[in-house]
Amino acid sequence: MTTVSVPQDAGALSLGADSVARAIEAGARARGLEASVVRTGSRGAYWLEPLVEVTTAAGRVAYGPVVAADVPQLLDAGLLDGAAHPLRLGELAAHPWFAGQQRLTSARLGIVDPASLGDYVAHGGYAGLAAALDMSPHEIVRAVADSGLRGRGGAAFPTGIKWQTVLDQTAAQKYIACNADEGDSGTFADRMLMEGDPFALIEGMTIAGLAVGATQGYIYLRIEYPHAARALAKALDAARRAGFLGRDLRGRGRDFDIAVRLGAGAYICGEETSMLESLEGRRGEVRVRPPLPAIKGLFGQPTVVNNVVTLATVPVILARGAAFYRDYGVGRSRGTLPLQLAGNVRRGGLVERAFGLTVRELVFDYGGGSASGRPVRAVQIGGPLGAYLPESQFDTPLDYEALAANDALLGHGGVVVFDDTVDMARMSRYALEFCAIESCGKCTPCRVGSTRGVELIDRILSSRAEARVANGSRSADIALLDELCDTMVNGSLCGLGGMAPFPVRSALKHFREDFEGVKGVRSVRELTDLTP
Amino acid sequence: MQAQNHHDLGTPAANGPAVTLDIDGATVTVPAGTSIMRAAALAGGDIPKLCATDTLKAFGSCRVCLVEIEGRKGFPASCTTEVAAGMNVRTHGDALTKLRRGVLELYVSEHPLGSCPESSRCEVERLARAHGIGGSRYANAHSARCHSEGASKEPDASNPYFRFDNDLCIVCSRCVRACEEQQGTFALTIEGRGPDSRVSASQNQSFLDSECVSCGACVEACPTGALLEKSSLAHDLPEKSVATTCAYCGVGCALVAEVSGGEVTRMVPNRDGRANQGHACVKGRFAYGYATHSDRVVKPMIRKRITDDWTCVSWDEALAYAASEFKRIQASHGRDSIGGITSSRCTNEETFLVQKLVRAAFGTNNVDTCARVCHSPTGYGLKHTLGESAGTQEFVSVQQADVIMVIGASPTEAHPVFASQMKRRLRAGAKLIVVDPRAIALVKTPHVKADHHLRLLPGTNVAVINALAHVVVTEGLTKEDYVAERCERASYEKWKAFVADPANSPEAMEKITGVPAAELRGAARLYARGPNSAIYYGLGVTEHSQGTTMVMGIANLAMATGNLGREGVGVSPLRGQNNVQGSCDMGSFPHEFSGYRHVSDDATRALFEAMWKVPLGSEPGLRIPNMFEAALDGSFRGLYIQGEDFAQSDPNTAHVTAALSAMECIVIQDIFPNETSKFAHVFLPGSSFLEKDGTFTNAERRISRVRKVIEPLAGLADWEVTMHLSNAMGFAMNYTHPSQIMDEIAALTPTFRGVSYEKLDRLGSIQWPCNDEAPSGTPTMHVGKFVRGKGKFYVTAYVPTTERTSSRYPLLLTTGRVLTQYNVGAQTRRTANLAWHNEDRLELHPHDAEARGIEHGDWVGVTSRAGDTVLRVEITDRVAPGVVYTTFHFPESGANLITTENSDWATNCPEYKVTAVQVVKVAQPAAWVSRRRVPMTEPAGS
Repeated sequence: MTTVSVPQDAGALSLGADSVARAIEAGARARGLEASVVRTGSRGAYWLEPLVEVTTAAGRVAYGPVVAADVPQLLDAGLLDGAAHPLRLGELAAHPWFAGQQRLTSARLGIVDPASLGDYVAHGGYAGLAAALDMSPHEIVRAVADSGLRGRGGAAFPTGIKWQTVLDQTAAQKYIACNADEGDSGTFADRMLMEGDPFALIEGMTIAGLAVGATQGYIYLRIEYPHAARALAKALDAARRAGFLGRDLRGRGRDFDIAVRLGAGAYICGEETSMLESLEGRRGEVRVRPPLPAIKGLFGQPTVVNNVVTLATVPVILARGAAFYRDYGVGRSRGTLPLQLAGNVRRGGLVERAFGLTVRELVFDYGGGSASGRPVRAVQIGGPLGAYLPESQFDTPLDYEALAANDALLGHGGVVVFDDTVDMARMSRYALEFCAIESCGKCTPCRVGSTRGVELIDRILSSRAEARVANGSRSADIALLDELCDTMVNGSLCGLGGMAPFPVRSALKHFREDFEGVKGVRSVRELTDLTP
Repeated sequence: MQAQNHHDLGTPAANGPAVTLDIDGATVTVPAGTSIMRAAALAGGDIPKLCATDTLKAFGSCRVCLVEIEGRKGFPASCTTEVAAGMNVRTHGDALTKLRRGVLELYVSEHPLGSCPESSRCEVERLARAHGIGGSRYANAHSARCHSEGASKEPDASNPYFRFDNDLCIVCSRCVRACEEQQGTFALTIEGRGPDSRVSASQNQSFLDSECVSCGACVEACPTGALLEKSSLAHDLPEKSVATTCAYCGVGCALVAEVSGGEVTRMVPNRDGRANQGHACVKGRFAYGYATHSDRVVKPMIRKRITDDWTCVSWDEALAYAASEFKRIQASHGRDSIGGITSSRCTNEETFLVQKLVRAAFGTNNVDTCARVCHSPTGYGLKHTLGESAGTQEFVSVQQADVIMVIGASPTEAHPVFASQMKRRLRAGAKLIVVDPRAIALVKTPHVKADHHLRLLPGTNVAVINALAHVVVTEGLTKEDYVAERCERASYEKWKAFVADPANSPEAMEKITGVPAAELRGAARLYARGPNSAIYYGLGVTEHSQGTTMVMGIANLAMATGNLGREGVGVSPLRGQNNVQGSCDMGSFPHEFSGYRHVSDDATRALFEAMWKVPLGSEPGLRIPNMFEAALDGSFRGLYIQGEDFAQSDPNTAHVTAALSAMECIVIQDIFPNETSKFAHVFLPGSSFLEKDGTFTNAERRISRVRKVIEPLAGLADWEVTMHLSNAMGFAMNYTHPSQIMDEIAALTPTFRGVSYEKLDRLGSIQWPCNDEAPSGTPTMHVGKFVRGKGKFYVTAYVPTTERTSSRYPLLLTTGRVLTQYNVGAQTRRTANLAWHNEDRLELHPHDAEARGIEHGDWVGVTSRAGDTVLRVEITDRVAPGVVYTTFHFPESGANLITTENSDWATNCPEYKVTAVQVVKVAQPAAWVSRRRVPMTEPAGS
């Protein structure tokens, strides 16, 4: 019986992974071949999906991208034996796209059966919890602090300090709240982990619970991730049945359980205080800080709020030690980061590397440049509120401090690539429009400012369409846009309104010609036909 | 819109230890927990703000209050940032001005300058102008508004008193937060998100159709003209503001009347008011229009016979006629053939004068008050057990309570402003026990749920309180040390033995009370364990044949569990009328002088005789029911009634009207013609609370000033009318101002010794006792020891009322009030409050309805042993099967046609709360109802 791994990751499914799996099963049956199809997560090379791996005596042999129509031919060519075929990629470990990656958090992605606790344990899972159960809360917190792990949701706050704060609180009840409301455009690491390796998140949350004295965890999952919801439900059930969750964990007298709560489609609920409001059943509106959630969080109790990647990274730190993890990275950005490469790029997907890789290395070495084949003009890093970087900044290393020094941010590690046809004025408009659509409406700079900004850019765009190069009112509008950015950055209650100007600002700074209409009139005219 | 001239400090007060910081170079010391905004405002340097107001928790949304703090990044909001020792704050500077201008310009882009009908008061417009903003550079032809939905929708004018114009709304959430934090109704919400955020009442309904209770907190909280009183829209800015006290229920809210062109244009709660803490309800805030209603009687009238038409006469003629009739009756039938009734609606001074008139000028003790029919058992019961005829606490005490027990009261309907305070405490985690036959709103309301609802059968209060006591005593939950120190040992032992009797166990009582024993035991344990347990009760306790027994039972339970004599505990009657406490305090009962001193006490009598220079009777006079009996006997023939409508409010209407018809001279002093005035010979126009000076005493013994806002419509205030009547009777009274009457009260009444208008003006209000020992008054009574000396327990055997169900009268009727109407409705029926409640309805359980083939909205005949009436039915499970309920606000409902003459054994307080009835479906309202619906005869010449 040969094991064939076919991803059931949402990205792979959208590329036809289900029909590939069915074709393999049916084809093998028809040919009297013994094949067992295992549905795994994705390896993260979306440009190769659906990617099929066959477990052979010589190791796992990959084929991709495979469509259902390829399957008969593949089977006939000896797929189950790892035989040669134009789609054969060989062992992925040796594949150049994978070879240089440093997969710690995403190590098991695409390899294990996400529904199998046994598979998880066989691949090193729950070693972190085993270690943690032998440690005092302080020791666990110290290990996390020493590892240098910082919040991977975007704020990059040192996880150890946050946990220490919660540990220091005296309360009858504390909580671990996992932020799985991954809403940044071009990001998918959380989803991949929950779909492909859900036990890692469960283990990480359990360790967090032991560390700070919380007995209940919540995963706030965006409703747009139904596959992740199903994968988590199965994994939670399996963990509970095996004593990895619930009362008296592994017979060690500690309690911890996890419940999944689905969001209702609001980007703002990815902001931690809005998420807590939503978890409590209220309107997803930003809370004023202080008090910090670590002191007064969910239901007014001390709460650790961490992102999926952060929590899923905890097990490897506990299993292999803080020093092991800390050895990766540069400066104050320690460890690795699962980067998500998307947009107009040839080889998009999940690239986990230690901090310090440059934008250029990522976009060109991994991404292979634009999918359109045209020159890359800009990348946006850190989601819809991240800054645009021009080609001149592509040598910036991907670490928190280096990007901040360039008025940019790493955020959740999403990198979106644009070629030279991009209209940066319209991209700016998009950023503010996104902010207007997703604003909770609580604070005025965001609630009103985002809409006013969209209107202002529309005014600039229509003036630009008239191709009046030197226009006084347009200059005044551009200046007002800059002022608005100031007001939003300094005045907004949370990062949504406070960061929405980042892409606008970076566009104004690096691509001012797109606003002033001095350059690229042809493409601009095309694009302005679309303006309202 | 806030009250004129209110200096808003932005965030509520804090009470931590002192913290010193530096704000703009000045050293400021404030309690820890204070916001930077409040600290700056206290120091005189107001920081701009739009979403902050000092009645609501800081929200941090408007972003114009941003400041700079040394050592901190960015621009923290001063409302949400608490002070810290050594903090160095800058509240102005170029960066801040630029930032604030940037935010204000965004506000102006959706709220253009000059768009507000209250442009001069609109906080957005004022702030924008102050920052030199003349308009918005964002102004865009197709979107002056940010809101894409609901833009330019017609304002919601469904509420009779205010309207909501979404186009003027800046989405600061002050209204939403006021509805939640102050009122506790949670009727408002923000619907939509981002630029589409807009205020929505309930599920995007009109305000009138929503859960909104029209308390008006949202209207006051609104910084723009989005939520605005219609009266403000119709009037110029107020010329003056007068601080006064609400004349509705016993909460006694401090209000500020804004006056323009001699008219009250707006009523706003006084934020300094200790009773109401800056809150008000639909009645106090909005329903003052009755005061100038066209039904007001503004000319004195007389008539020889009650069948004659009224003749308008001068004050002198009316008073002379009344005096001559009283003298004639006394000459032929004796001094005691006449009497007087004081009103719990009038001021202390007026009440005091009426009883003085009766005792000194009439020379009889035949004086009684409408408190007879509501809280007389409270006075009697608490006096005998604890030593003082009054509630033990201050309202804010509820914020210290861990367990709240509400017995026979529906605070959200009848005492709404206190209910909001109570709900705030309940939301903060206090436990709640409701003892009521009906599922009052508190049993389950947003974010409040009773831990125990003891749904007893009407008339079984005493059985329940005894069972509660049984559990406390037999489970060892009494506070023996407390009792040993503070109570009479012998009475305690006797009581303990009595309640411990298995006959009083919850299990034994279950079949009588209908309350499951386990539920009752749970409630008893919860109450006893407190640690701070407070009892609040209403007329559901007193208006029973065992009303006084129940009050004593409550006092017993509180003493036995040590729940008296400190904040957070106590026994608090929720007084129904604005001055029912005061009217009792002022000597309105036939057996007592002011301060609850018996007329037979020689020393007290000597004091009054010396001051008034007349001999006074040492025998108690007639109580109201005795007056009626005597009238039917022919021995009682003349009555001076100030502000009371017996014919509607007293039980067994047929009996009352027969007695009234038998009298020779009834002098009525009231602001409206009413059911009783149909039997009157002299009508002396009364004055509303807006037209006079005086004081009211609320349910927490708080004496508050009533101040003249407009001139008396009929030319004289009530106290002047009584004074002139006295003078016409030949007993001289010469007061030029009510303060002189208060001085006399203070001189004659130990508990009022320290009260004066000067002190009231200085302190705002005073809770009696106020004397040399307590010069600023007494918020909490019985601290350290009971007023009585040692608290006394009374054995409270349960004696079932004689009013029982039978096959003919199988249902038990009980009565109560609804929020928007007040008592007999004389005032509220003459206001737009009719929009919410324009008829009394009979609440009937679905099972009882089904058995009788009755459907929602049907007319039903309600028959009791005393009479019958017709009401429209509301089918609801708020009442239990076998129990029906109605309000009594409308005379045509005739609720008191069916109530019986049963009354409390000690005080004759009528048993309004239990009447056995039958309910049958009728095709159309009975003849009686139709007859009653003929409009009241208008007095000639008025």
